[in-house]
Amino acid sequence: MKAKEFNIKWGMVIDLDKCTGCGACMTACQVENNIAPMVDASNKLRTLSWMLVYELSNKKAAPDAEIAYLPRPCMQCGNPTCVPVCPVIATDKNEEGGIVSQIYPRCIGCRYCMAACPYHARYFNWEDPIFPKGMEKTLSPNTSVRPRGVVEKCNFCHTRLMKAKDKARQEGGNPEALADGAYMPACAEVCPTGAISFGDIKNPEHKVHELAKGENAYRLLEKLGLAPQVYYVSKREWVRKLGDNYAATGKAGAEKKHS
Amino acid sequence: MDRALFPDGVERCSFGKFALWMGFVTAFFLFGLYAMILIFAKGIVVTGLDNYFGFGLWITFDLAVIALGAGAFFTGFLKYILKIDQLKNIINLTVIIGFICYSGAMLVLTMDIGQPIRAWFGYWHPNVHSMLTEVIFCITCYCLVLIIEYVPLILEQKQLNKIPFLHHLAHNMHVNMALFAGIGAFLSTFHQGSLGGMYGVLMGRPYAFREGFFIWPWTFFLFVLSAVGSGPIFTVLCCTLMEKMTGRKLVDFKTKALMGKIAGTMLTVYIFFKILDTWAWANNFLPSVGMTFDQMFYGIIYGKWLMFTEIILCGLVPAIMLITPSIRNNPTLLYTAGILDCIGVTLNRYLFTVQAIAIPVMPFDSWQFYYPNWTEWSTCGMIVAYGVIVMSLSYRYLPVFPQERALNK
Ligand code: SF4
Ligand code: SF4
Repeated sequence: MKAKEFNIKWGMVIDLDKCTGCGACMTACQVENNIAPMVDASNKLRTLSWMLVYELSNKKAAPDAEIAYLPRPCMQCGNPTCVPVCPVIATDKNEEGGIVSQIYPRCIGCRYCMAACPYHARYFNWEDPIFPKGMEKTLSPNTSVRPRGVVEKCNFCHTRLMKAKDKARQEGGNPEALADGAYMPACAEVCPTGAISFGDIKNPEHKVHELAKGENAYRLLEKLGLAPQVYYVSKREWVRKLGDNYAATGKAGAEKKHS
Repeated sequence: MDRALFPDGVERCSFGKFALWMGFVTAFFLFGLYAMILIFAKGIVVTGLDNYFGFGLWITFDLAVIALGAGAFFTGFLKYILKIDQLKNIINLTVIIGFICYSGAMLVLTMDIGQPIRAWFGYWHPNVHSMLTEVIFCITCYCLVLIIEYVPLILEQKQLNKIPFLHHLAHNMHVNMALFAGIGAFLSTFHQGSLGGMYGVLMGRPYAFREGFFIWPWTFFLFVLSAVGSGPIFTVLCCTLMEKMTGRKLVDFKTKALMGKIAGTMLTVYIFFKILDTWAWANNFLPSVGMTFDQMFYGIIYGKWLMFTEIILCGLVPAIMLITPSIRNNPTLLYTAGILDCIGVTLNRYLFTVQAIAIPVMPFDSWQFYYPNWTEWSTCGMIVAYGVIVMSLSYRYLPVFPQERALNK
């Protein structure tokens, strides 16, 4: 299967050597996207975290022990396995820029897409969102809240893209050729160490264009052929090696067969 | 007291005994109903499902009963299209079991989806690329076909049949049964396949993903074959259980052995391809995505023993038993093979549903465990109880078994 291509390719490049695992991106995401705090969030397999920071370890004893942190948004796959499976077209990749949409009022909550996504990027609304008294005043007016029973996921803060396009129109610019930095998801904006870069990967004027081509850049599970639009960078080989499965060949960078 | 309603010339237990039995089964039904109401009121947050296990006991149960209900379409196909006349002795039973399995599965699905009120979106906004869409369409259409096949049997009830209109209606429906059997066979083959296709297309799940033919991954064909390789024998097992419970002979052993032969033949074909498929998957596909056979299994709960039980003990062994005439013609061995066969297909569906999504694909991810809780178990129990109730009523009041009178002389 071939990845779906558009003129613009919104993508992220995350420098894992810069990420300190502080979790600011996760918080910013929750605030931006109006995710209600759970009364009991002790079961981590039931929480909503569109952006989730994983801890990676080289599994060595001190003094060689090393850890790294890996923020995981939705990869906005070029060949998303979640899209063709949806029985009601509640999720699609059909918009310039390649962001995989999620249409809450359409979703029937069958969770087939969740079973499909190997990155665990999709989340189910187990309960209706209830915001503690007073917190409703802090909600973002741009993002709709979702009812119980539907699936949701990161959409690169799609409303921010809309806003950036509107702004470009108002200022007489071209909404289809936004300048680098004109559109930033909340996580990329808030990251204190600048680990998350964001932009149009196809546009040479955007920083991510070069970053994604760097020799230490890679994508998660490339061999599965989902063609993510999120790239990671690390100078450490063990970190890069954790980006895909090599047990069968034993070495990093095995032949990619499925695309 | 309800003797006038019994089919002609057969004995049934006393009404009191029957009422006691129905009360016993209804208790299970009501318990499940309570859980179902709870689920509709509070959402599936009350189940044991989570973001890792979006699919669990319910989907496994659905796939298993749909496979085991395959006796209906396949027997119908053999009886009406290929004209194997002997199957008329058991065809009614296959229809009732098929109807119970499919209607039950549909009910479970409405509980399973997060927004039951939107269940009809599957028809209104269908995604033609989704195997699940095909499943939704075919299951509902086929359930209608099963109702059409079941209705004439109800109309043949002694008192109803005295009404001339109903008598003729039943007769006319019977005359056209071959047509419905044909439609049923077509629909059923497709959705049995699509259920397999549902897993085969999951390119992010190495346990399930398969290459295939045209748009159909190999699992499409394997699911069809395993369903027809187990459905017929499941009917035989149900029939035997009813005989043991009622103390009456309902279907002659020759017909049962024939069903065993049919299931056995299909199971043999299935298991041959299943072993080839597993071999190719482990040696070609898995390495191509960097994974190994060992990585697909973990500990006891997700251990390799599951796959070996599925393919060897509950696949190859019953296949050999069922195609060997001397074994098949021994009742105890026939039933043993049948039970193994049904366990095998259920295990297969379980592995594709739960194991496939439990396997951590990202190397830094970890295995998670899933425990269905009481709401999931009791609602499955409700479906079983519903089936027992429908079956008990049908047995008591409808002429399900054409041979019953002769066999119990
Ligand atoms: S990361 Fe998962 S949810 Fe996001 S596009 Fe890819 S398959 Fe779909
Ligand atoms: S859960 Fe919603 S988005 Fe996902 S496959 Fe089902 S209907 Fe589509």
